[in-house]
Amino acid sequence: MINWLSQVVSVSLFNLRTIPSRAGASLSAAVGIAGVVAVFVGFLSIAEGFRAALSVTGPEDVAIVLRSSADTEMNSNLSRDETRLIADAPGVAQGEKGPLSSAELFVIIDLPKRSTNTDANVPVRGVGAAAGAIRGDFKIVEGRMFETGRNEVIVGAGAARAFAGLDVGKSIKVGQSQWAIVGLFTGGSGSAESEVWTDSAVLQPAFNRGDSYQAVYAKLQSPESFATFKDALTSDPRLKVKVMKQAEMLAEQSSMLTGLITGLGVFIAALMAIGALFGALNTMYSAVSGRTREIATLRALGFGASPIILSIMCESIALALIGGSAGGAAAYFAFNGYQAATINFQTFSQVAFAFAVTPRLLMLAIVWAAAIGLLGGLFPAIRAARLPIASGLREV
Amino acid sequence: MKFLYLVYSSLKRKKLRTVLTFLSVFVAFLLFGLLCTIKEAFAGGGNAPGIDRLIVRHRISLIMTLPVNYEARIAQVPGVAAVQHWSWFGGLYQNDAKNFFASFPVNPEPWLEMYPEYLLSDDQKKAWLSTRTGAIVGKSLAERFKWKIGDRIPITSPIWPRPNDEAWEFDIVGIYDGAKKSTDTNGLFFRYDYFDEARARDKGMVGWYVVRVSDPNNATEVAKLIDQEFANSPYETKAETEAAFTQGFAQQIGNIGAILIAILSAVFFTILLVSGNTMAQAVRERTQEIGVLKSMGFTNELVLVLVLAESVMVATSAGLGGLLVSWLITLGGSPVPNVLPVFVLPMEYLLIGAAMALFVGLISGVVPAVSAMRLQIATALRRNA
Repeated sequence: MINWLSQVVSVSLFNLRTIPSRAGASLSAAVGIAGVVAVFVGFLSIAEGFRAALSVTGPEDVAIVLRSSADTEMNSNLSRDETRLIADAPGVAQGEKGPLSSAELFVIIDLPKRSTNTDANVPVRGVGAAAGAIRGDFKIVEGRMFETGRNEVIVGAGAARAFAGLDVGKSIKVGQSQWAIVGLFTGGSGSAESEVWTDSAVLQPAFNRGDSYQAVYAKLQSPESFATFKDALTSDPRLKVKVMKQAEMLAEQSSMLTGLITGLGVFIAALMAIGALFGALNTMYSAVSGRTREIATLRALGFGASPIILSIMCESIALALIGGSAGGAAAYFAFNGYQAATINFQTFSQVAFAFAVTPRLLMLAIVWAAAIGLLGGLFPAIRAARLPIASGLREV
Repeated sequence: MKFLYLVYSSLKRKKLRTVLTFLSVFVAFLLFGLLCTIKEAFAGGGNAPGIDRLIVRHRISLIMTLPVNYEARIAQVPGVAAVQHWSWFGGLYQNDAKNFFASFPVNPEPWLEMYPEYLLSDDQKKAWLSTRTGAIVGKSLAERFKWKIGDRIPITSPIWPRPNDEAWEFDIVGIYDGAKKSTDTNGLFFRYDYFDEARARDKGMVGWYVVRVSDPNNATEVAKLIDQEFANSPYETKAETEAAFTQGFAQQIGNIGAILIAILSAVFFTILLVSGNTMAQAVRERTQEIGVLKSMGFTNELVLVLVLAESVMVATSAGLGGLLVSWLITLGGSPVPNVLPVFVLPMEYLLIGAAMALFVGLISGVVPAVSAMRLQIATALRRNA
């Protein structure tokens, strides 16, 4: 057993030490795998970043109420009376100035994206006074909160990065009126950082909404009071609404886009991996055929077949890991934190996010690289071990 | 022609290596074809924008509606040949988000006139004009849900609920086809008069207008005139060419073109490296044979051409094979019809792909070919001997 192990180690080391003499072929195999890994990580970092931007793991104690026929806030419609009934429902937490509920409007305006300079659907939310308190981590980081009833807005940090002209001190033109940007905020859960917030009473006339709203956000006394809250609303004959936890709705609304990006990413990476596998096979086959005589000599000296197989696979996996780490590192430096914004078709509005190369993705990438190396080395290794010694020694 | 056999036998020399190189190039071009298809699918559903058409929408955003009487006022603007209003209906079949498709209320007759790319037979057109609840559906959409003429289908719309939240019902009176293969036939069109009467709110409001201009060269001027017409009204407009609108809309998703170009560069860089290295190795192994060829009187140029022919042959056959397979896959239709309804590989990408295959062959063969050409007979014959 010890002897077998020492055989494996010595042949493997011998193989690895001779890689520089086959630099061209080895490099092309490693670069091939690096390319696969870079694309794989780069693509999936989009989905990771998007998921993080929607903070799908939002607070468990915030509920959202929409009209029953609506599938998103955009399509929903609630009258002022209905929003009052919802605010007074059992289970809603109480603040200093009454129930912690906010009747909100959700619309979009066209603003140019910084990256492409073309119009994008920027989400604008008209909120009530309690909106910030409902969303636990909401914080003004620059300027101040808008004043009720005035044409003032605050912008989310993501929106300010992604769309042109959303800087504190400037103003945006909506129809006939100018809205001053008075503050910049972070947090607010969900995709709030991609949004522009203003007083709902200001937004209503600007978008011809009369006295209607689209959604009610409510902070619950505890995550357990959700059932009470939901039952009270759905059984009320005066209301035709559906009630969801905010986290639940966010997960649903990001499902299509993250699904699409992940699906595409895995598909592209799988095809590329197949291509790289052929490249790796080619490299290892020629590495083996170039060393036919050496291998036959080793076998003649008494080295077993399995140490030969293992040593060749060892070489191939080493190449793959070098390539994979290089690709992962390249993807990390190229993509991590890269700012972007995309449209979420489920809400028809933009979400600003940053590409996120997470440790989980890098781990996955290394696993892919190792798998390519394993498969790419296996068949050439078996062929090497099967070579008849006599004819191998004769080979030039 | 006689040299072709020589190239062929060099390829046969190490069959496994040739096959593996072939396959890696093949996969790269399969990916190229599919990525181009995906790019097209994102960029506006593959419908070529009409050069003579403008889109007029609410200045604030696309979700804001415009009064239906703007149609008559736009028609008065000099340079406008025809105008049609559109509204996004957002219909779902069987009230399931997975069964999403594009649906719009329109005025049948002028609409069909404005969009000659949608082909509808005369009697189906007549049936549509005489059936108030009639709807026409595209061929692909009809196949997707197995709809036939005469079916009555329940469609719900989260945007346009009916007064009691019940489903809308449409009678399918026609199935339209596209004039070209890239024409989107995944839509449902029904009558605006029925829609306006039956909807619960916003009666008399429409989503956007499509305008046909009499002279495409004046399109931007006409767009300006239309915007001026409605300036300082409660419903200001933004008019732009259909091409600009479609491109802008695709940009909402992000710079897909740039992402795909980055991926394809990584792919092609890799296969160039792999196939170039393989070719170099193949030539190195044959140094002696090349020496023999040269001493038999093969000129340096001929040797160069022979080596190049070898790499070009592998690259083009694999490249064209990959393109062909990706094209065959797109014939099967979209794997995600509710997200990307049109899934067609346009001809120009096939041509670009073929040119790239040739390029890959030439580039990967050029270094070994030149070194083979420069090889001195004496050195070549001495090597490895």
